[in-house]
Amino acid sequence: MPELLSLIAVGLVFSLLLGLLRVLRGPGDGDRMLAMQLLGTTGVGILLLLSPLLDQPALVDVALILALLAAVATAAFTGRQEHRHD
Amino acid sequence: MNSTTLLAFDALLLISTVSLAWASLASSDERRGVILFMAFGLLLAMAWSRLQAPDVALAEAAIGAGLSGALLLSAVRREPVGLSRTGAEPVQNHEKTDYRMTLRWTVTLLCAAFTATLGWAYLSALSFGPHDGLPRAIAANLEASGVSNPVTAVLLNFRAWDTLLELAVLLTAALGILALGKESPAYQPAGVVFEGLIRWLVPLLILTAGYLLWVGAHAPGGAFQAGATLAAAGVVLRLAGRHRIGLPAGIRLRVLMAAGVGVFLLVGLVLMLAGRSFLGYPPALASLLILVIETAAMLAIAATLVLAFAGGRPQTDVLANTAVKLEASTASGPGPARPAGSGGTSNDCIPEKKAC
Amino acid sequence: MIDVLSSVLLVSGLFFFLAGSIGLLRLPDLHSRLHALTKADNLGLGLLIAGLAVSSREPLMMLKLLLVWLAVLAASAASAHLIARHARRQETGH
Repeated sequence: MPELLSLIAVGLVFSLLLGLLRVLRGPGDGDRMLAMQLLGTTGVGILLLLSPLLDQPALVDVALILALLAAVATAAFTGRQEHRHD
Repeated sequence: MNSTTLLAFDALLLISTVSLAWASLASSDERRGVILFMAFGLLLAMAWSRLQAPDVALAEAAIGAGLSGALLLSAVRREPVGLSRTGAEPVQNHEKTDYRMTLRWTVTLLCAAFTATLGWAYLSALSFGPHDGLPRAIAANLEASGVSNPVTAVLLNFRAWDTLLELAVLLTAALGILALGKESPAYQPAGVVFEGLIRWLVPLLILTAGYLLWVGAHAPGGAFQAGATLAAAGVVLRLAGRHRIGLPAGIRLRVLMAAGVGVFLLVGLVLMLAGRSFLGYPPALASLLILVIETAAMLAIAATLVLAFAGGRPQTDVLANTAVKLEASTASGPGPARPAGSGGTSNDCIPEKKAC
Repeated sequence: MIDVLSSVLLVSGLFFFLAGSIGLLRLPDLHSRLHALTKADNLGLGLLIAGLAVSSREPLMMLKLLLVWLAVLAASAASAHLIARHARRQETGH
């Protein structure tokens, strides 16, 4: 079981690298933000896998925080501010 | 646990972290650099988790991947068009080019020297072999510290002085932010979907912040992580156009920000008056005192971080609000129609009404 | 038996993650990438979490994992909408 978990973790890191390619290339900020969002989801998956692997139940908390704050980051990216002429 | 697979995991993580750091710094487009920096923060959080440091991973996930990203994105956006460094800056004269070349070479040499020093330090540490004097000392005194999480024990008890000074640094930064001028303009009101998101996200963030504060006594967590999560709730409220709610108003904000250092100092001084050393908690009261200090610290940290995102002095004074509304209604930009402010208010600074 | 079920769930979760990432690289347009990727990745995460929940012994941990999945699901859905709306605004000129 632990071997399977670590193999899947490696698979997820590989998936992360593919997403990174899109962040680096992506012809536009939307593509980069999309890839960033998905990196967050993959990161959550990796952290949840590391939790039983390394016997650290706190990593599930880290995954929860990551999931919540990735949404905040995306909202910060897409928010529009009102114009103000100073 | 298969060590080869973990080695592959570590190698891949290391390669992607380093290349992300390089790409983020070398990026010519600033928004791209910021998004790469956010991805770097995410990978760093995973590296901390892999190194069995969940407290740091929590802080990195909250601050590095989430809040710094939001802060940097809002800062990059505020830069006026035309000053972006993606276009070629016209070189004024030869001296400027030489200056820039000298600067670059100096920075390169400094970074190389720093890396060499770190490498030498790491190799000489390896030659000493594992020794656990510090963890053993912490474990021996953990009973008397009032908490069972060694990280919290170190931060809030054994090295409480350092944490007090860190909070003072945060307060100084907040003072600097308040001196920057008015806060950045409000965000446009949220659409339906974003509205639906914040309706569950903000309560969940607040709840998680309280959970992290409480659980920090016996599991990874603590005031910094809780403060950052609470700040995320405030930031997301501002992003949804709730301009006033994200941050408390006027004097309450200042009290909150000062309370982080204030409560800490107060506890230390009261203990001194009671005959003990400064911040020397009696073991019976230690867990209660730590909780009180951490609560004040969490609120102060959250307020400071949201203030940093606001980017200036919050305009919570009534007259200042009407002045801003008048500006917005006379400006030609798109935005929801606002009722005109009270007649006769000018956009000038009115010192006696504190509208500056 | 539980281990077999958990392994199947975990592997299929990984499959969807990889499929999503390959789609991220191969699909031609932001909107198609958004559409495919959000679904694939969230489904992959759901299967992953199901596999972890099945193999974990404590009910509290299972609840926490479920909370993480629900949070990711709702946040990803809203984020995908926000990104798509932002992209469309940029295409049609604010």
